[in-house]
Amino acid sequence: MIAVELRKLTRRPRTWVTLLMLNLLPAVVAVLLAITNVGPRPGQGPAFLSAVLSNGSLFSVAALAIVLPLFLPVAVAVIAGDSVAGEAQAGTLRYLLVRPVGRTRLLVAKLVSVLAFVLLAVVSVSAVGFVLGTALLGNEPVTAQTSVISISGSLLSPSQIVVRILLAIGYVALSMLAVAAMAVLLSTFTDSPLSAALGALAFLIGSSLLLTLDAARSIQPYLPTRYWLSFIDLFRDPILWRNVERGVGIQLVYLAVLLGAAWANFSTKDITS
Amino acid sequence: MIVTHQLTKKFGSLVAVDQVDLDVQAGDIYGFLGANGSGKTTTVRMLLGLVLATAGSIELFGQPIPARRHQVLPRVGALIEGPAWYGHLPGATNLSLFDASGPNAGRRSRRTRVDDALAQVGLSGVGRRPVKAYSLGMRQRLGLAGALLREPELLILDEPTNGLDPQGIHEIRDLLLGLNARGTTVFLSSHLLAEIEQLCTRVGVLDKGRLVLQEPLAALRAPTGRTIVRTADPDAAVRLLDGRVLGRQGDRLLIDGENPAQINALLVAAGVAVHELAAERLSLEQVILQRTSAGSDRVMAPTS
Repeated sequence: MIAVELRKLTRRPRTWVTLLMLNLLPAVVAVLLAITNVGPRPGQGPAFLSAVLSNGSLFSVAALAIVLPLFLPVAVAVIAGDSVAGEAQAGTLRYLLVRPVGRTRLLVAKLVSVLAFVLLAVVSVSAVGFVLGTALLGNEPVTAQTSVISISGSLLSPSQIVVRILLAIGYVALSMLAVAAMAVLLSTFTDSPLSAALGALAFLIGSSLLLTLDAARSIQPYLPTRYWLSFIDLFRDPILWRNVERGVGIQLVYLAVLLGAAWANFSTKDITS
Repeated sequence: MIVTHQLTKKFGSLVAVDQVDLDVQAGDIYGFLGANGSGKTTTVRMLLGLVLATAGSIELFGQPIPARRHQVLPRVGALIEGPAWYGHLPGATNLSLFDASGPNAGRRSRRTRVDDALAQVGLSGVGRRPVKAYSLGMRQRLGLAGALLREPELLILDEPTNGLDPQGIHEIRDLLLGLNARGTTVFLSSHLLAEIEQLCTRVGVLDKGRLVLQEPLAALRAPTGRTIVRTADPDAAVRLLDGRVLGRQGDRLLIDGENPAQINALLVAAGVAVHELAAERLSLEQVILQRTSAGSDRVMAPTS
């Protein structure tokens, strides 16, 4: 069933269009930076952009930071929101279940396919970012002699950079999985993929809004988007683990609760679509 | 094959299916009739484990549903409320994905199974066209191909001829009769009386969630003990058969008596020419109208 779901994902034109669109914004930013060579002033604009002018390899991380607040969650919510509700809307859900595919099994296969999409999205954004960054921006080769400067100002070796980029990819993917879990949960409640995707986005927008509200300070550490951008801390020297660890913890809790609820609902639901 | 006991489903306060005792035997072509909204589809969904019953029990092949659905459903082919496919993929790819989703899906024989199923429903020449370019009838045929893909022992079909032209309906009827002759039990849910009447050996009728009738079609359509006579001289016939005439419509008489030959002899002996003579049989429609109320999509204010 997992193989079938992955085939469905890859045979769907929408998957590839979404990935293309996702990579478009960082590409535009890279081109504009390369042409104008004008970076945002330090402390303003997306993270890393001031750093990438000197060395383009960091643009893979900058690209993640560009799509993380909105584009990536939208793409993930659309794909994950479609997982169960899309089958329900098309009517194929009832046929899958009488084939028979166990409900838990189907949900797991859907989750794996969503996970595959999240990884594909995050890796493709950082890979395209890396290629564009090295091609268009700082094109000095990254060797031991020309180390990249960390945010804290000290030098990072190429191997340190690679490890940190991989950690950042993992961290962003985990953050996106919590979004996916929310969309999958809603997807088991409604027969409309659009409602599920928008519901998941509303959840994120709500969380981001509360983060700006001083009165909500006591609950802010528990909001899903609170530590999203903490992957930037991975590029400090030494790595500032505190927020990253908290972020991982929060995302895992959200993941477990949301997926548990999705399973509980879907496995006992009357399928009337 | 299919046995339900006091099967009941409530959606909130609405009782969709009310204490239904179905009994479908191996080798039957069972016609499950009912007006729109009478609970047919809900019953079918319960049989397949999609909707969970509020009360009562279901057995397929002698095994309880939904508890043993993973053992039972591979032996069942189903068409539920119309076919559903991924529109951007060709029919054969859809079937192959469907086949690969469930158990016992040998990869090596998949191609053959898919081709066989397509040939059975008359779609073998459809090529790589995506399903969204199919006509309604072609989608319905593909739905049937999906139901037949696993060579099931039991077919549960909800409105299988929906969207087909008369020729297509005829083809599907022949296909189902052929499958039945080779041992497949068919459970056919429909609101089309003619379809059931032409195809089925047993009939169950659902009315507002209750099973009001479940009998062999032959028993329902047994002679009523009356004879219909059309004659050139109805007045003479009425005089001759005095007291036995139950009704008259022009030259058509309804006679009390189940032996047409005897009535014929009586009339001909007296020189009354007989145009038509037949033992009266009720049509399925008449039987059902006798036993059911108005269609349940008719929503009337309660009369006080």
